[in-house]
Amino acid sequence: MVIDAISNGIVLDHIKAGRGMDLYQILKLDKLECSVALLKNVTSRKMGRKDIIKIDEVIDLNFDVLGYVDPGITVCIVKDGKLDRKFTVGLPERVTNVIRCRNPRCITTVEPEIPHIFKLTDRENRVYRCIYCESRAKNRD
Amino acid sequence: MENLIDIRDLSVDEIQELVRVALDIAADPSRYSEKCRGKKLATLFFEPSTRTRLSFEAAMYELGGNVLGFSEAQSSSASKGESVSDTARMVSCYADIIAMRHPKEGAPLVAASKASVPVINAGDGGHNHPTQTLTDLLTIWREKGRLSDLTIGLCGDLKFGRTVHSLVAAMSRYPGIRFILISPEELRVPGYIRKDVMTANGIPFEETTDFVSAMPQLDVLYMTRVQKERFFNEADYIRLKDMFILTPEKLAYAKEDLCIMHPLPRVNEIATAVDDDPRAAYFRQALNGKYIRMALIMKLLGVK
Repeated sequence: MVIDAISNGIVLDHIKAGRGMDLYQILKLDKLECSVALLKNVTSRKMGRKDIIKIDEVIDLNFDVLGYVDPGITVCIVKDGKLDRKFTVGLPERVTNVIRCRNPRCITTVEPEIPHIFKLTDRENRVYRCIYCESRAKNRD
Repeated sequence: MENLIDIRDLSVDEIQELVRVALDIAADPSRYSEKCRGKKLATLFFEPSTRTRLSFEAAMYELGGNVLGFSEAQSSSASKGESVSDTARMVSCYADIIAMRHPKEGAPLVAASKASVPVINAGDGGHNHPTQTLTDLLTIWREKGRLSDLTIGLCGDLKFGRTVHSLVAAMSRYPGIRFILISPEELRVPGYIRKDVMTANGIPFEETTDFVSAMPQLDVLYMTRVQKERFFNEADYIRLKDMFILTPEKLAYAKEDLCIMHPLPRVNEIATAVDDDPRAAYFRQALNGKYIRMALIMKLLGVK
């Protein structure tokens, strides 16, 4: 299968196999006018299998969302056919409106304008807690 | 410190400073009677809590300040659908400091993010109640003369009792602390308190249902009420509420200098016959609640 190289855009590499479609939806890539390729189960020396997303435009991406969904993702930003920046996202310290608090006693359940903010409280075990009620977010793994 | 939302917002040094000021107030309250002249405290109580509200109001009046506010959501604009954020912004125009109690967890944090004056969390659901914890720390200090090297017994509802969870978190920062957790199996302290607070800080603790055997070891005994509203099943409540009742007979096994505490209100978990025992500190504890709130209001208003 041949996917054209992009000259200006973003490549999300090393996505855990099976997470590509999740990310595609969370990042609302279906709303973009430009070409977007989602490659599933690509052979990888490092990971065995991985997913890759190629976006044929440099758009504003919420890297906190990327990091929360899969902290191992490598972001490559391509400009004029050359690699401009490459980095791993990592776990974000806090995420806003990515996780919804499910605690019925939390203030966020009765006041819809309040942003749902979760902070990382245990990096080793990837524990995020609501900043308002400290309820633990359900782990994605 | 701009607000007090969670007891963990305060460092050990800041707590020590509040305790020092509260002790000074207790020694001669008249010296503080003009400290907040011209200042107004808004008590925004979205759910009733007579004890905490009166304590805040008494504290502000004793500092020479004034109080405005409401004591239940029905008499506030919340009943018309106003958000906590808007209420906080609006009240900031009228008061110099806010004490907020709200049934929803995190409401005071939301208020603090929008208010232009300091916000004190006066209890948010079953979550935090930092001024109760400060009251408890001041009481332990006044009764025992130290906040370290103590064996503390916590008895009753250790599962839902937020005062217990906050006290464990606060005391775990002092050296030489050991806990004995006395509760029925169904009301044991939650796993995250055991793991994330006590074990993580290397605090020794034991869990037991044997009240009498624990008694001689204790320097402090913190009694709690089994709260009826936490139970779906009335039969469970009735069965558990009478499991641990402190009586003069049980006190006979305790140290002569035990300090008996209770956040109040009590139902029947401490027999009234215990009230006249000099070791019963729970009414003195309520008085300490006023002194520490006076110290806190002064600190947040920047009054020396």
